[in-house]
Amino acid sequence: MIKLLKNRDFILFSIIIFGVILIGFANPFFVKPSSLSDVLTDTSILIILALSQMVVILIRAIDLSVASNLALSGMLISLLSTVYPELPVIFFILLSCLIGTFLGILNGVSIAILKVPFIVTTLGTLSIYRGLIYFVSDGKQVYSHEFSESFLALIHYKFLSLSFLFWVAIAVFIVMYFFLNHTRFGRNLYALGGNPEAAKYIGINENKYIILAYSISGFFAGLCGYLWVARYSVASTQIAIGFELTVISACVVGGISVMGGVGTVVGCTLGALLIGLIRNALPAVDISQFWQLAISGAIILIAIIINTKTEQRKDKTIMVE
Amino acid sequence: MMKNIIPENPPFKLLNILYKKEFILFMVLFFIIIINSNVTPYFLDLYNLIDSTFIFSEKAIIALSMTFVIIARQIDLSVASIIAVSSCVLGYTTSIGLDTYLVITFTLLSGMMCGAFNGFIITRFAIPSIIVTIGTMSLFRGLAYSFLEDQYYNKFPKFVVSLGSDYLFGYIPYAFLTFIVLSIIFAFILHKTIIGKRIFSIGNNPESAQYTGIEVDKYTFVLFTLNGLFSAIAAIFLSGRLSSVRPNIAFGWELEIITMVVLGGVYIYGGSGSILGVVISIFILGMLSFGLGLLNVPGVGIIIFTGLLLILSIGFPSFIKYFRSQNE
Repeated sequence: MIKLLKNRDFILFSIIIFGVILIGFANPFFVKPSSLSDVLTDTSILIILALSQMVVILIRAIDLSVASNLALSGMLISLLSTVYPELPVIFFILLSCLIGTFLGILNGVSIAILKVPFIVTTLGTLSIYRGLIYFVSDGKQVYSHEFSESFLALIHYKFLSLSFLFWVAIAVFIVMYFFLNHTRFGRNLYALGGNPEAAKYIGINENKYIILAYSISGFFAGLCGYLWVARYSVASTQIAIGFELTVISACVVGGISVMGGVGTVVGCTLGALLIGLIRNALPAVDISQFWQLAISGAIILIAIIINTKTEQRKDKTIMVE
Repeated sequence: MMKNIIPENPPFKLLNILYKKEFILFMVLFFIIIINSNVTPYFLDLYNLIDSTFIFSEKAIIALSMTFVIIARQIDLSVASIIAVSSCVLGYTTSIGLDTYLVITFTLLSGMMCGAFNGFIITRFAIPSIIVTIGTMSLFRGLAYSFLEDQYYNKFPKFVVSLGSDYLFGYIPYAFLTFIVLSIIFAFILHKTIIGKRIFSIGNNPESAQYTGIEVDKYTFVLFTLNGLFSAIAAIFLSGRLSSVRPNIAFGWELEIITMVVLGGVYIYGGSGSILGVVISIFILGMLSFGLGLLNVPGVGIIIFTGLLLILSIGFPSFIKYFRSQNE
């Protein structure tokens, strides 16, 4: 099984390399180091969110509220930064993470303690958090000139010609890799997703881990709230709308099983990179942007069909508790 | 009605104590109407009430078939995208000058095909429906976008336009009439026929249903096709009412439709629920947004309220239970 998964990551990696070469033939500008680095920058937020969504999917759940959570945390810190522009940027980042974590914990408590099924909870908070953005902002936008300079400066910082965003994504990758593979919490999450009944018998507190998984998802959604707002220099009610589906498709393409307990950090990252590559490459090879949604939908479907075929675990479904 | 036998997630206890979910829902509806008619004099106007049905009739039609899908332990997130596809087909077939009956046939067929595609992938590859329909949600919506791009259709057959905006005998909107007739038929099928019994038993335990000789895959396939067909019916009413079709038509409706169903007491993991509950919850949400609209509460307030209502309606009973167990 481990061999197969390693294999899978390798295949995904080959597809990405092959894809880049192919696009390079169609449009040589695309494979310039500078534009490839742009693709990485553009995909960073997707990588971070996919890795945190992976934690939730591992325990057989889904967090549909990430995009709304991201937008709400982003809007709150943006509004605050217009009122208190003198505060250091690290304060806003931490605050954004804190708000995100809080919203994530709300999801977790609703699922673990109130026993509201995860689909219902996260569908509900998807609209509640999105609605709250209108509520706090009165439907107005925060434009780039309203942010303080330090708020926006950090994101443009470059190191070794890679952007700050991508370095954050690398840091998150390393943390998640260590967390999921080398800590007890991480291994317990896999155990819980692989077989909830057995996990309970060996003393894993299911509720604790559900709340943990959702607070991790919320934490990174909050972090991305800052990153998103700072990168695009605008906070509006519409930011990241529907992005949760892109995140989930990155996980699915990366081989994270929606039946729980299966998937690697490397695979998930590669899945996000592939989706990011496709999103960026379509304009480069002259495919209308209107086709983008249909193509990503088709890719999700193909990826899940391939996943299920290789998994051979057809007797389990996500709806069976 | 069959008893829910899923061991780990017993359905909400408090509502069972108060005997009937439908009764509670009805009381909620009653209070909403009382409060609404007290705060604004325009609420109890007959014409206003009739016209208020326009905002929820199309969603309500899909909610009926969605009830069947959810009771059978599936979910369909792609309904709003199917509306987009069917509306495009409606606009396109009109624009090339086909007869009205052909236009409607093709529209309904397109919806059925989308639904059948969902059903095929779910049953053939045994993939959870939530993931498949997340995929087809983008796929169908994407097809509508790639077909229409930034254009729109605003010419529809006269018959379609009158379906969307006219009244029977000058009082009852056709969409609302369709919803009422369909809900009676669906209540009969679900609660009085063997088909309904089988759908309940599939939802309670698909494997044992399979062993008792029910063709689970066939039922699943048909239910998804039906959901596609109903989305197409809703698409006809909606296009006729709006008289304009863009690819982003009915965006986000899937969540509102699922809210209608779940608020109506249908258990999200299948196996229990009733059409009556769903119908009452449709009226609750409809009257609520109509009343809030009269009070000039913006749509956002309604969104937040709906989300809260959805979570609390399921979470509140477990919350009470949790507190009791803490106190003991």
